[in-house]
Amino acid sequence: MRSLDADDLTLRAPLPPTAVAVPAGVRAGVGVWWRRFARNRGAVFGLAVFLGMVAMALFAGVLAPYDPLAQGVGAPLAGPSWAHWAGTDSFGRDMLSRIIYGARIALVVGIVAVLLALVIGVTLGLVAGYYGGGVDAAIMRVMDGLFAFPIIILAIAMMAIMGFGVRNVIIAVAVGFIAPFARVTRGDVLAVKEEPYIEAARLVGVRNLPIMFRHVLPNILAPVIVQAALRVSGAIITEAGLSFLGLGPPPPTPVWGSMIAEGRNFIVMAPHVSTIPGIALMITVVGLNLFGDGLRDTLDPRLKR
Amino acid sequence: MLRFTLSRIGQTLGVLLIVSVIIFALMRLIPGDPVLIMLGDEYTEEAYRQLRAKLGLDRSVLLQYLIWMQNVLRGDFGYSYLNHQRVSVLLWDAFVPTLVLVVASVIVGVLVAVPSGLVAAMRKDSPLDWGSMTFAILVYSMPSFWKGIILIWIFSVYLGWFPAMGYVAPWQDLGQALWRLVLPAVTLGTFFSGLVARIIRSSLLEVLDQDYIKAARAKGVRQSALVYRHALANALIPVVTVIGLQFGTLLGGAVLTETVFAIPGLGRLTVSAILIRDYQVVQGAILLGVLFVVAINLAVDVAYGFLNPKIRVA
Repeated sequence: MRSLDADDLTLRAPLPPTAVAVPAGVRAGVGVWWRRFARNRGAVFGLAVFLGMVAMALFAGVLAPYDPLAQGVGAPLAGPSWAHWAGTDSFGRDMLSRIIYGARIALVVGIVAVLLALVIGVTLGLVAGYYGGGVDAAIMRVMDGLFAFPIIILAIAMMAIMGFGVRNVIIAVAVGFIAPFARVTRGDVLAVKEEPYIEAARLVGVRNLPIMFRHVLPNILAPVIVQAALRVSGAIITEAGLSFLGLGPPPPTPVWGSMIAEGRNFIVMAPHVSTIPGIALMITVVGLNLFGDGLRDTLDPRLKR
Repeated sequence: MLRFTLSRIGQTLGVLLIVSVIIFALMRLIPGDPVLIMLGDEYTEEAYRQLRAKLGLDRSVLLQYLIWMQNVLRGDFGYSYLNHQRVSVLLWDAFVPTLVLVVASVIVGVLVAVPSGLVAAMRKDSPLDWGSMTFAILVYSMPSFWKGIILIWIFSVYLGWFPAMGYVAPWQDLGQALWRLVLPAVTLGTFFSGLVARIIRSSLLEVLDQDYIKAARAKGVRQSALVYRHALANALIPVVTVIGLQFGTLLGGAVLTETVFAIPGLGRLTVSAILIRDYQVVQGAILLGVLFVVAINLAVDVAYGFLNPKIRVA
């Protein structure tokens, strides 16, 4: 007879589904969570902004009235008009189309960079917290080192190494966000790994990797999700900052940060070139911050201020 | 307390060691031969070999790191061949304007944040609360470089009240220096105030809910006396922590603000050095920036240990 191995046990005898560490918001189900979330007007506004931006990014081809790269579709530096709602830039390109396509890059950089940082940071935090000892010390000291860098400065240094381009911006921004994810995860893993159900899994012989990813990870996800939501706006601002400094995706890519930088030269005669992309950026960031705050208050009440 | 301080200093030195390794590794990852960049287009094989040996690039990576660290510890950050200047001189010249900007911004931030957080907490759920918190989240969410441009547009171009750009050291001409500092400090300071106002509000609300405040209120102490004499001092403690935690963000914001207002600070130095591939300067500037952040964090932690004995456990 074949002896039972650990995986058989986990399949047949699932561990208690509700663990103590699951935040109230998750346990109560999506319906209750949504009702609580919907009561926060700011958060709903934030969600609406976020969804609007996703729609803008997805349907940029349909929504944008002009080709964002086409020069001379209007007179250069013309203010907002019926033909060009957001005016035109110094090359006579339609600003509205560029802003709509810019949303795509902002969103892709924001979300992909945060996801990348999340996957790496959470894995490192999980390993550090779960194994403890020398592994923990080694990982977390490196994280402390990374954490000491101002994110934009680290991103600037990364761009110097990798050269310009959207993919490199994503990597540069992601590196700056790894340490916060690792810290949040590690802290929660330290608490969760002492729970009886983890001890039980270990006693029946479940190996470390399945315990970490199947039993510890689901119970620390809420604060990680909150952290991710709050970081997307930071990632978008960092990308805009890099582009503003001329270290982002190269021209003529429609990026909000470079559009603001370009408009700086025409602030006297054509203030719309800087102001309008900035407004788009600000609405996005405010929306994402409010959405993140709302998520935090409903998913992770411990952090509520 | 001494043990706490010493252990924090020890941790800080550890972090700095790791930071130095990270920076050193980053600089070695940059594509291109730094010797070729320094020599320019025309050079002889002999000059190449000499410079390479002079920079220590012909030795092992570990040895290169140790030499670099030894030099840095002596305050020698190398020589910028592109600027024809010692890097330490360049760094110091750039560090001072950044320091001035950051200090001014913290002052502006606190001056804006304390009253607005106070009003919001005292009139919780009123339009005043709503208004000041909306203001806080708006100024916090505006990217500093954009806010700077808008301020220049309104206050320099349109109203003509303040100069749009430039920097004057406070000890050269204090009036001019302050005059030129207003817009940059407001740009960066309001970002900081947005953060701090929300924290002052929530910590004030928390303190006002505590038993000793309730007891004082029951004894008939007036609300204003309660807030100013009892609650505010306690509510300000978290602000110290925020300065520590957010100092890196503040310094990052300074990089962008300097670019907008043409302030010859550390941020501008770093960015321009990257663009002309002056890596000795990049390396030194990043190290100095991180050192600055880590030192402020250490100071805040130690100060906090004095203020609140409960956290003296390292």
